[in-house]
Amino acid sequence: MSELTLTVMRLGFLAVLWLFVIVAVQVIRTDLFGTRVTQRGARREAARPQTGRQAAPPQQRGQQGGGRQRRNAPTKLVVTEGTLTGTTVALQGQTITLGRAHDSTIVLDDDYASSRHARIYPDRDGQWIVEDLGSTNGTYLDRSRLTTPTPIPLGAPIRIGKTVIELRK
Amino acid sequence: MSSTTNPSTHHTSTIGAIGAPSRRNTELALLVFAVAIPVFAYANVGLAINNEVPAGLLSYGLGLGLLAGVAHLVVRKFAPYADPLLLPLATLLNGLGLVAIWRLDQSKLLQAIRQAGTAAPRQLMYTALGIALFVGVLLLLKDHRVLQRYTYISMVGALILLLLPLVPGLGQDIYGAKIWISVAGFSIQPGEFAKIVLAVFFAGYLMVKRDALALASRRFMGMYLPRGRDLGPILVVWAISILILVFETDLGTSLLFFGMFVIMLYVATERTSWIVFGLLMSAAGAIGVASFESHIQTRVQAWLDPMREYQLSRQGVKDGIIHSEQAMQALWAFGSGGTLGSGLGQGHSDLIRFAANSDFILATFGEELGLAGIMAILLIYGLIVERGIRTALAARDPFGKLLAVGLSGAFALQVFVVAGGVMGLIPLTGMTMPFMAYGGSSVIANWALIGVLLRISDTARRPAPAPASNPDAEMTQVVRP
Repeated sequence: MSELTLTVMRLGFLAVLWLFVIVAVQVIRTDLFGTRVTQRGARREAARPQTGRQAAPPQQRGQQGGGRQRRNAPTKLVVTEGTLTGTTVALQGQTITLGRAHDSTIVLDDDYASSRHARIYPDRDGQWIVEDLGSTNGTYLDRSRLTTPTPIPLGAPIRIGKTVIELRK
Repeated sequence: MSSTTNPSTHHTSTIGAIGAPSRRNTELALLVFAVAIPVFAYANVGLAINNEVPAGLLSYGLGLGLLAGVAHLVVRKFAPYADPLLLPLATLLNGLGLVAIWRLDQSKLLQAIRQAGTAAPRQLMYTALGIALFVGVLLLLKDHRVLQRYTYISMVGALILLLLPLVPGLGQDIYGAKIWISVAGFSIQPGEFAKIVLAVFFAGYLMVKRDALALASRRFMGMYLPRGRDLGPILVVWAISILILVFETDLGTSLLFFGMFVIMLYVATERTSWIVFGLLMSAAGAIGVASFESHIQTRVQAWLDPMREYQLSRQGVKDGIIHSEQAMQALWAFGSGGTLGSGLGQGHSDLIRFAANSDFILATFGEELGLAGIMAILLIYGLIVERGIRTALAARDPFGKLLAVGLSGAFALQVFVVAGGVMGLIPLTGMTMPFMAYGGSSVIANWALIGVLLRISDTARRPAPAPASNPDAEMTQVVRP
C-alpha cells in the first residue's frame, strides 16, 4: 500500500474520530431537556436559572385569579431549598405528588416529610392547588399551615420539612 | 370547560415541554456512525499490515453492527426515553478496542509469546456476553428504585465478590495481584462486578444516613468536621480498601472503591471536608502499605524511574523483584506517536509485549493515532461520564441520583487510574481500560454499568404521566377563597 494512501487514511481516520466527538457534543447541545423558556418582553426574571434561593420577584405575587390567570399561569414547579434544590417539574396539567414514597413525582428525602405528604394539582379553572394529604408535620404556604386545599399564588414558597418549592412562570 | 382549563396549553408556543422527544433516532444515527468508525479502522490496519482489506471485515462489521442493533432495539422498546449518547459512545470504544486487539494479534512479536491470534475473536465473544447482560439489565430492571430494597444484600454481595480472590483454591495469583478467580477454566475478575453492586449499597446507605453525616458537624477552620461516631462508615470502607491492598496487592481496585465512596459521600452531603479526609486517608493508607508490600514498591519504583527498570530488565537482573520494561516502552510508544500518530497498524506498541492489549492498550492508540487520537478517545470517555452525571442531575429520586453519580464516578476513576498509570502520571495499577482493554470481566461488567445508567436516565427523562392517569384530580373540587 502506497505511503500516500496510508497517510490519507491516517489523517482521514483522525478526522472521522473527531467528527464523531463533535457530533456527540452537538447532540448534547440540543439535548438540554429542562424547561425551555422563551423570554417574553420584560418578564426576564422568570426566565432566570432556577438555582436562586431568593423568593420570587415581588411583582409576581398575588396575581392569581380572574382574567390575569391566562397570562400568569405557572409552567413549572421549582425546588428552591432542600436537598433537591434546582429540580424542576413542568406543569402540564398532571397531579404532582410530594412525599417520601418512592412513587411520588418528587421524592422527598427528608425526615420531616411523610410518605404521601402533599399534592399539587390544577382545578377545573386551571388554577394550581396545593393540598396537604394528612401529613404529620404539615405543609406551609408562605407562613401558614395548610388545612384545606389552597390555590397557590405564583412564587409563593410552599414548605415541606426542609424543602421549599414554588411555582414559576 | 372554558379555555382556561389547562394552563399549559396557552403557553405551548413559548414554553417547550420537558424532554418529550425520545431521541431514539438520534441514537440510531450515532450508532451507525459508531460502528462505521471501527470498520474503517479495521480496514486501515489490514491495509497497513498485510496490504489488503482484511478477510474478516464483513463478518466483523456485521458482528459489531448486529450487537449494537440488538442493543438499540431493546433500548427502543424497554427504555425509550433513555440517554441517546451512552450506547453509541460505549459501542465506539468497544469497537476501537476490538480493532486494537486484532491489530496486536497480528504482531509476530506477541504471537511468539502467546498462542497466535486468539484474543480478538474472544473479545468479540465477551462483547456479545456484555451486550447480553446489558439487555438483561434493561429487561429485568424495570425501575432502578427496586435496587434500593437490596441495599444491605448488596453490601454482603460486594464483600463476597471482593473477598473471593482470597479463597484458597478459587483465587488465582496472576503476576503479583490476587484479583482473579478461576471458575471452569475461565478467569474472572470479581472486582469489576463488585463495582456496580457496591455502588448500589453506597447509594442506598448514604440516602438514609446523609442527613446525619451532613448536619451533625462542627465548624473548624472553615471546614465542617464530622462527629467522631459519623466517621464510622468511612473508616470501615477505608479499612476494607486497605485490606484489599494488603492481601490482594491491587492498588487499582482499592483506590477505585475508596474513591467511589468518597465521591458519593461528597455528593450526598455537600461537605468538602469528606474529600479532604478521603484524600488524607487514602494517601496515608497507600504510603503505609507501600512501606512493606514489595509488589507495590516495585510499581512505585517503575513509576519514579522507568528507565532504570528498563535497564535492569534488559540486563536480566534477578534480585527477587520482577523488573519490567513495559512502563518505559509505553512511554516511548506515546512519544513516538507525536501529534498525529504513526497510523493504524504502523506503530511498534507490541514492544510492550506482555499486557500490550489489556492494561497498556492506550499506548497502542497513543502511538498509532497520536495526541489527536488520544484526546478524542479521552473525550469520548469524558462524554460517557458527563452523560452519567447529567442523568444524576435529572433523576428525581435521591437514590437514583446517588447511584448514577457512583457509577459514573467509578467509571471516571477507573479511566483516570489506567490512563494515568500508562502515561506515567501515577504508579501503574492492574486495572483495565473500560470497554477497550482485552478482558471478559471488564467488558461485561461495564456493559452492565451502562445498562443501569440507561435505566436511570430513562426514568429521569420520561415525561410526567398524562393527567388522565390520575383520577384523584377530577374528584376533588376546590372551594375558592
